[in-house]
Parts: sequence; structure tokens; C-alpha cells
Amino acid sequence: MIELDRLTKRYGTTVAVDQLTCTVQPGVVTGFLGPNGAGKSTTMRMMLGLDRPTAGDVRIDGEHYDRLRDPLNHIGALLEAKAVHPGRTAYNHLTVLAQSNGIPQKRVPEVLDLVGLGSVAKKRPKGFSLGMGQRLGIASALLGDPKILMFDEPVNGLDPEGIHWIRNLMKYLASEGKTVFVSSHLMSEMALTAEHLIVIGRGRLLADTSMREFIKENSRSYVRLRTPEPERMRDVLATAGLTPVATEDGALEVDSVESDRLGELAAEHGLVLHELSPQQASLEEAFMQLTAEAVQYHAHGTGKGA
Amino acid sequence: MAHTTQVIRSEWTKATTVRATLWTLAIAFLVTVVFGVLISLLLNNTFEDLPERERLTFDPVLTSFAGMSLGQLAMIAFGILLVASEYSTGMIRASLAAVPQRGLFMTAKLLVGTLLVLVVGMVTSFVTFFLGQAVLGDLSVSIGETNVLRAVIGGGLYMTLIAVFAMGITWVLRSALLAFSILVPLFFLVTPILASIEATRDVGYWFPDQAGTAIMSVVDTGERPYGPWGGLLIMVLWTVAALVAGYVTLKKRDA
Repeated sequence: MIELDRLTKRYGTTVAVDQLTCTVQPGVVTGFLGPNGAGKSTTMRMMLGLDRPTAGDVRIDGEHYDRLRDPLNHIGALLEAKAVHPGRTAYNHLTVLAQSNGIPQKRVPEVLDLVGLGSVAKKRPKGFSLGMGQRLGIASALLGDPKILMFDEPVNGLDPEGIHWIRNLMKYLASEGKTVFVSSHLMSEMALTAEHLIVIGRGRLLADTSMREFIKENSRSYVRLRTPEPERMRDVLATAGLTPVATEDGALEVDSVESDRLGELAAEHGLVLHELSPQQASLEEAFMQLTAEAVQYHAHGTGKGA
Repeated sequence: MAHTTQVIRSEWTKATTVRATLWTLAIAFLVTVVFGVLISLLLNNTFEDLPERERLTFDPVLTSFAGMSLGQLAMIAFGILLVASEYSTGMIRASLAAVPQRGLFMTAKLLVGTLLVLVVGMVTSFVTFFLGQAVLGDLSVSIGETNVLRAVIGGGLYMTLIAVFAMGITWVLRSALLAFSILVPLFFLVTPILASIEATRDVGYWFPDQAGTAIMSVVDTGERPYGPWGGLLIMVLWTVAALVAGYVTLKKRDA
């Protein structure tokens, strides 16, 4: 479990992380979502004790990171940038980390095989592709068989096969009862892997909810219709207590109503319909809207009306 | 303490599994020995041509160590690379995630680095002494004569301290490029020039390398305001200061 308590990081006057309070629960994949520059990486670095919080607190299993003895046995992390000496072989790189935390040497070939780098164990990462670099990073995260795993933008720059592999790995780790905390700026990516969501924008907490709740609350379903007599249609809808929104291409969008009901209404009043289609706003849109509001909030000082 | 030995082992593996480390140490040895022998050879052949004052104060031990002014640059390079490679590669994040106790991390790296340069420094010093004396022939001294053993051990200590000083400075600067561009000109040009010009000599003598070389001279020219051990102590103080500054930087800065 990871607990953040009013975690704050300021660089001069810039606030990167702003009073972030949340808990990352074990046994599920928690998505850490936010646009680029929202403070995700900074938050993760503070969790690992790499960056010092300006204020607030973060605890891993109830302890500060630098109080953990052999931390790689508690938490394994893949950070965004490569954290590997290009001249030290993959095998030696992992050996260095294993030795520092008293992890048995036999784990090194084990994790290398697990991430599919067994054949390049004695090669220097200098010549590794981005995907191989990511796999080596994941191998070092898994080295101590920790209960908590943290991945910062793990699918960045990966080929489809690599992305598929990472998704399955994360699901597998969560099914083993591990805490999996993964950051991304892509909602679509999260929708496939995460069960729980923590959304931040400009360093502030925007949502801390289950994926199911998030979808329910944020995915707007509506019906789109086109008619040659939009004015009369509006009146009919108004009488029925519905408020349509006109779109740029002359169609109408009606929220919270079944398409059946709209078809019946049109028939009752003898209105011609050229189109009647139920729509679902994508999660990506919901996410964009959520974070756009955060941006607007900071830019104009008003939280409403977006 | 089990934990401390784990981290020291890990730092040992780190230092010995990268080529640059071993290359810089090998170069420090070779350059010091080869130039020491060559200059000893040169002086042996031209000794009669030297002015009388220089012949009287001729120091056969210091002469055989003449290659050290170049060889120390490789030692400095070792110290810089050992620390700076953490930062230039991003390895520092993996290292500190594995060992978040920054004081322990730095101590372990320092111990491993110091041990390596001490061994190589001592071997270099003794080899260059014996080869240099062999070449100097009639002008040579034996290791048993007054102050000679002190000077030869001192040569090893000097090389060790200069590398450790470089480590301390690099913990502050966190960049190989910065550290090289400050330390190499400083020790290769600035301090030797300061110490050889009459007007700036009194200042030049207080720099770590100039003070440290006092331990290697057997003949006291009486020019310096401190003796051989006093000089070494000045160098030790510089090194301690650099390490303290490095520790404070590591402790305070985000990785």
C-alpha cells in the first residue's frame, strides 16, 4: 500500500504536485492518469525518495522510503528514463542491484528470462532498443519480488507486441495480489488495464475512483438525430421536457433519453427523421474534459461552467 | 552489519564491471611509470650539464616520480568517472532506489574507489621508484635510506588522495564534463604555474596537489612553509572538505 498525504512539490514558484492525498490499494492495477506535465513522474520520484517533497508525506507500507531496509524487496519501479549504465551488461546491472539488497544471485537469470532478455544477458545495454531497455527496467523492478510495483509510462515507445506483453504482465501481477501503480497520459491504455483510477491535472487530484464508477459517471450517452425541420423538433422535445443541443453540422444531440422514445415522439408528430443514432462519448473525451477543466480552473480561477 | 557489506559488494561489482574504471587505472599506472623512467633516463644522461645549484639539490626519488604529474590526471579521471557515470547514465535513480540511505551509498562507493586507487597508487609508486632508480644508476638511492620509504609510500598516498578529492568534487558538480573542465586545467596548468612563479608561489603551495607532493621529496629545499607530513595533511584537509561538500549536495539535491 502506498499512502500520499498532502504531498506537495514546488520548484520555485511552479507547483508540480499540489497537496496530493490518496491511497494506492493492493491487489489491483491502479492507473495514474494525467496529461503530460501533470506531475505524475514527480510524484513517483517522491514515492521512491528520489525527490524530496516540499511538504506533505508519502509512505510505503507505512514507512518512509529511506527507512526501508532492502527497499527492492518492498517496491520495484520502472521510471520513465533509462536508469542503466550503457557499458555494464544487463546481467551485471541486475547483479549490482541484487547485491545491494541481499537478493539471491539466482534471481538475476530468472528475471532476465521472465522479461525475455535471457539471450542478451551478457550484452551491454548500449545497443538495446527502447523496448529492450524497458524490459531491462522491468526486470530490475521484479528483481526483489516486491509486493508493490510502479511503472512510469511503461508502454511509451513500445511496439504492439511489447505493449501487449506489458498489459498482460500488469494484470498477472495484480492477480498475484500485488499493488500495481502505473502512470499514463492515455486514457485508452488505462481502460484496458486499470481497475482503479487516480487522475491528476496540474499536480492536483481530480478523481480517485474505480474504473467502473469513472466510466459510469463520465461517459455521456446521448442520441444524435437529424431532421429537415429542426425548429419544430426542438418544440416537440421541449414539450417532452428534453433540451437538445445543436451541433455544427445541423444535427441535434439529446442527453439522457432512449432512441426508441425519440423515434416514437417524432412519429407522433409526423416529423421526418434522417438520422437517429445512440452515441457514447469515449473515455478519452471524458478524461480530456476532466483535465481541461483543471487547466481552465487554474487559468481563469473559475471551476464552473466548463 | 549485513546491510553495509551488501552495499559495498554492490559498489565493488559496479566499479569492476565497467571498462572505463579499469582503463583509467591502467593508464595511471602506465603513464606514471613510463614517464618516470624516461625522465630519469634523461636526467642521468644530462646530469653533468645541470647548473651546480640543481645538482646539489638533486632529488632522485622525486625525479623518478616525474611521470606522476601526468599519471595523476588518469587518477582524477577515475575519481570523476566513478561518480559522474551515475549521473550521466541515469543509473543514480536505480542506485538510490536500491539504497535510499544516501550516506551509506556514498560511503560504500568511496570505500571501493579508495581501495582501488590505493592499491593501484601504491603499486605504481613502488614500481616507478624501483625502475626509476635502476635507470638513474650512480645517482640512485636505495629504499632503505633516510626518508626514501616515506616518500615512496607518500607517492601512493598522493595518487589516492588526488582521486578521492576528484570524487568529492564530482559529487558536488554531478557532471563529468564540468568536473574534467575544472580539475584537469587546475592540476595540470594552474597550480603548477602558480607554484613555479615567484610572486604567486606562496599561494600556489597551499593547493592540494602542490601541498601533497611535499611528501614525495627526500631533499628539503626549505622553500615551503610546511614539511612533508604537513603538506600531506593539507591535502587530506582539502579532500575531506570536498567530500563533505559532496555529501551535503547528495543529501540535499533531488536525484
